[in-house]
Amino acid sequence: MDITTQNPTSPPASRPSEVEQKRAARAATRPGDRVFLALSRGSGVFLLVLMAAIAGFLTYRSALALSENEANFFTTFEWNPTGNPPEFGIAVLAFGTVVSSIIAMAIAVPVAVGIALFITHYAPRRLAGPIAYVIDLLAAVPSIVYGLWGVLFLVPHMQGLYGWLDDYLGWTGIFEWQGGAPRSLFTAGVVLAIMILPIITNVSREVFRQVPQMHEEAALALGATRWEVIRMAVLPYGRSGVISASMLGLGRALGETMAVAMVLSPAFTINASLLDWGGGTFAQNIAAKFSEASVMGRDALIASGLVLFVITLLVNGTARMIVARRKEFSGANA
Amino acid sequence: MAKRIDVSGLNAYYGSFLAIEDISMSIEPRTVTAFIGPSGCGKSTFLRTLNRMHEVTPGGRVEGKVMLGDENLYGAGIDPVSVRREVGMVFQRPNPFPTMSVYDNVAAGLKLNGNFKKSELDDIVERSLKGANLWNEVKDRLNKPGSGLSGGQQQRLCIARAIAVEPNVLLMDEPCSALDPISTLAIEDLIGELKERFTIVIVTHNMQQAARVSDRTAFFNLAAVGQPGKLIEMDETERIFSNPSVQATEDYISGRFG
Repeated sequence: MDITTQNPTSPPASRPSEVEQKRAARAATRPGDRVFLALSRGSGVFLLVLMAAIAGFLTYRSALALSENEANFFTTFEWNPTGNPPEFGIAVLAFGTVVSSIIAMAIAVPVAVGIALFITHYAPRRLAGPIAYVIDLLAAVPSIVYGLWGVLFLVPHMQGLYGWLDDYLGWTGIFEWQGGAPRSLFTAGVVLAIMILPIITNVSREVFRQVPQMHEEAALALGATRWEVIRMAVLPYGRSGVISASMLGLGRALGETMAVAMVLSPAFTINASLLDWGGGTFAQNIAAKFSEASVMGRDALIASGLVLFVITLLVNGTARMIVARRKEFSGANA
Repeated sequence: MAKRIDVSGLNAYYGSFLAIEDISMSIEPRTVTAFIGPSGCGKSTFLRTLNRMHEVTPGGRVEGKVMLGDENLYGAGIDPVSVRREVGMVFQRPNPFPTMSVYDNVAAGLKLNGNFKKSELDDIVERSLKGANLWNEVKDRLNKPGSGLSGGQQQRLCIARAIAVEPNVLLMDEPCSALDPISTLAIEDLIGELKERFTIVIVTHNMQQAARVSDRTAFFNLAAVGQPGKLIEMDETERIFSNPSVQATEDYISGRFG
């Protein structure tokens, strides 16, 4: 239909124009909206189904193994699912996983926050770019390379630090060293710290970069030094972001397999000292035993995997609670 | 308290760009001085040279002299941080710290200046909020976030924060441009009260506001975009708005350009 030839001056008011007709037809269906709604809703549902499927699988296979287990699953210091009677427990693995991750966080979080602040607030621009690039590069190194580096370079060079810790902090019991090869939970924690450093740094850097200029100027105008600006305006604003970043790092540390398996000298014992041999982590234990395990052995390992799954959920839930508790002071409502 | 400002031969740059050229003026203690002029004429830049905030901008630098009392703010060995503790500033957009409560916002500057007892802090916070005509509105919500207040209340909170540290001078960079007329009136009344204690310099785009609140008015202008801004004339506010001595000033205030 060609309006200009039929009605050269103006279309009659009673009949909608071609544009109006098309607009009405489009409004009735809105195909773009429908497709997008279906896609986004589908993705959300898919994720939930996937999580439920993983949890269901882990629970089912775990139940098979746990029904055969003759020992207390949570308190036993032993892993012998094919013995007669089968006895296995996750006490050592839970301890090793949590302790090595705590060591990693204790080292990595302060350093990562420091690097992120340096890049965003201290470094001259031509230095900040390359540093950020190198950190990105670190994130792309596969974990087995960290493992190789850990076992071939770090372990032989840890003797000095171990000796120093034993001399000055040995009295605490936590840093007592018997003189064995330094392939303990502590060394595993150090390797993990280096592995989770890039992700915590990168996310923190983005958060610090987004602190509004006007908040920093408010602090400056009150006569704050650069450090005081960071303390008054930057760190409080970035707090929830840094917590989220740390949780991403912690998630990786809890589940890291290869690097820990290569560095750690595992044993089913719990030592008071972090520097002595022994201990193990969930992921490391699964990697070490899975290929040679019987059906029962595999189900037992899956049961330990279920515990790791639950620990990760608990950690993330706690982090969310911490972030939500001070929501009205987060700066999100500014 | 309230000190006199004498500026002579001041140039301010962004990198190699000369933003304001050869500005000299005197500002008497306990007066309100308004800076008016078209956008880009450098009045905000000049304001920020008075507490050394200009050099916070990358590439920002200043030549010339700004005497506060008998001290040159740009003299050798002067720490910009200590300058900013003497010369307070209120910004265009209200910027209370969103992560702090009303109380902590007011106390923020004090905590930079030394150790105060809780009772001393309480007193100063109350006095500052009263000084900013905000006390009655917030006294029951001192521990709520400062960002939960209305825009006009937030701006008065920023004024309370600035006056809590007892500066010699209070700089205001278009403090009402983000506010509604009623909040604007509240701030203007407040400026009238604050000039009893402080030397106040205010940048404004609103000429009625300049006429209402200021004792003296300085008109800035620039010859063309890319040219540096200059001080055209400065006089008693009444004179500037009735009988200015420069034609460009009259054109601007009568709305013939800008």
